[in-house]
Amino acid sequence: MNQSTGSLGTRILGAVAAVGCVAVVIFAFGVSPADAELGESIRIMYVHVPTVTAAYMLLIANALFSGYYLWKRSDFADVAAHTTAEIGVLMLGLTLVTGSLWGRITWGTFWEWDARLTTTALLFLLYVGYLALRAATDDPRARATRAAVLGIASAFLIPIVHKSVDWWASLHQEKTLFGTADPSIDGSQLFTLMLSMAVFGVLAVWLSMHRFRVGWLSLQVDRMRVEKAIEERRSEGVAA
Amino acid sequence: MIAALTDARLIAAKDLRIEARSRIGLTHVLPFVGAVLLLFGFALDSDSGALQRATSGLFWVTVLFAAVLLVQRSFALEQADGVFDALRLSGLRPAGIYLGKVVALTLQLLVVDVVLGLGVIVFYGVSPTGIALLSVVCVVATIGIAAAGALYGPLTSGLRARDTALPLLLLPVLAPVLLGATRAFEIALGRAVGGGWAWAAMLGIFAFVELALGSVLWGPLLEES
Repeated sequence: MNQSTGSLGTRILGAVAAVGCVAVVIFAFGVSPADAELGESIRIMYVHVPTVTAAYMLLIANALFSGYYLWKRSDFADVAAHTTAEIGVLMLGLTLVTGSLWGRITWGTFWEWDARLTTTALLFLLYVGYLALRAATDDPRARATRAAVLGIASAFLIPIVHKSVDWWASLHQEKTLFGTADPSIDGSQLFTLMLSMAVFGVLAVWLSMHRFRVGWLSLQVDRMRVEKAIEERRSEGVAA
Repeated sequence: MIAALTDARLIAAKDLRIEARSRIGLTHVLPFVGAVLLLFGFALDSDSGALQRATSGLFWVTVLFAAVLLVQRSFALEQADGVFDALRLSGLRPAGIYLGKVVALTLQLLVVDVVLGLGVIVFYGVSPTGIALLSVVCVVATIGIAAAGALYGPLTSGLRARDTALPLLLLPVLAPVLLGATRAFEIALGRAVGGGWAWAAMLGIFAFVELALGSVLWGPLLEES
């Protein structure tokens, strides 16, 4: 059994992510100008928007893997769903921290009862609950099934979070990209943002691959333990 | 579909019969609701007007707490007596079982709503206005809470940490219900302006989505519960 979580693919991805992070820092602090409205605080956006985008992608992937698990009962899908939830929670946590810091500068407070901020916090709690449910369930099959059901049900909250700015009166600024308004940021700012989103995407994939392999190895170790225990009981039976 | 509804009627009747005979759920939950009502009164000085202003939110927060207790009770019964095994072998449709649990929980929660509403009128001095909107929001929001509760209840049944896991999973999901129902109540009671029926529609969509999810996902859940 391969006992490493690294491979040629992950090493290449890791190198790309590392170089990309350096490039993002250079563009964010050296090339991108301060914004006319947001000032220097726009530089937080180069982490805030990519982390929330990566989080959404990972949580959607979690729902897809959860659905696949319920369809095929595949261990691969279960471990992948666990992985995407864990890295998704990490990205959501980073989103909340960077959003809070950004809010302190633009709104003058770390926390505002803004709709998108609050519902993102709820989404974070929901997926922390998902991880807690997995940790609290001993039986592997029950754990995988319950987590898959929860993953699918939770995914239905994601559109509510995304559309919450439109549904509820909100302090949060209009969506910068993919919103109803045209992107209204400077060319180099837009490039830096897109670069950062790509780099955080690669980073999320790299982290997920390593975490997936840790989960897969853990599953194999559990299976070997069970097989060893059965073998020992058989030996005792033969000896008796 | 008709067969699933027949199964739902059987399960709802079973759950309500157990509740009527044991009287544990509501005889514990209703006093709890009364205690919360009084404690909010102590915490928010009634003379300052804060209690009256916060009535809508307090009402629905209390309903959510009561819902957590009722869902826990409903699924603890099934787990303790091995009823899940019997349900698996019974040949009843999982969607029917789920809908039956939703109906039973909805009816119990509506009793809580009525008692709590009377308590709010008596203790908080609230004059009910916009009865039609209040009633519709109460029914639709309660169906949504029951639909989510019956889906999330079996996820945590049988766990060592079920008492803490259920609120952790259920309360964030019910946040849109809390928001929508509170806003609609404020509009009905004349403390805010806006489209109260739009919030009722949003609550209806939430309830529909949860009912659809529960009807589809209860099959695999029943296999593993």
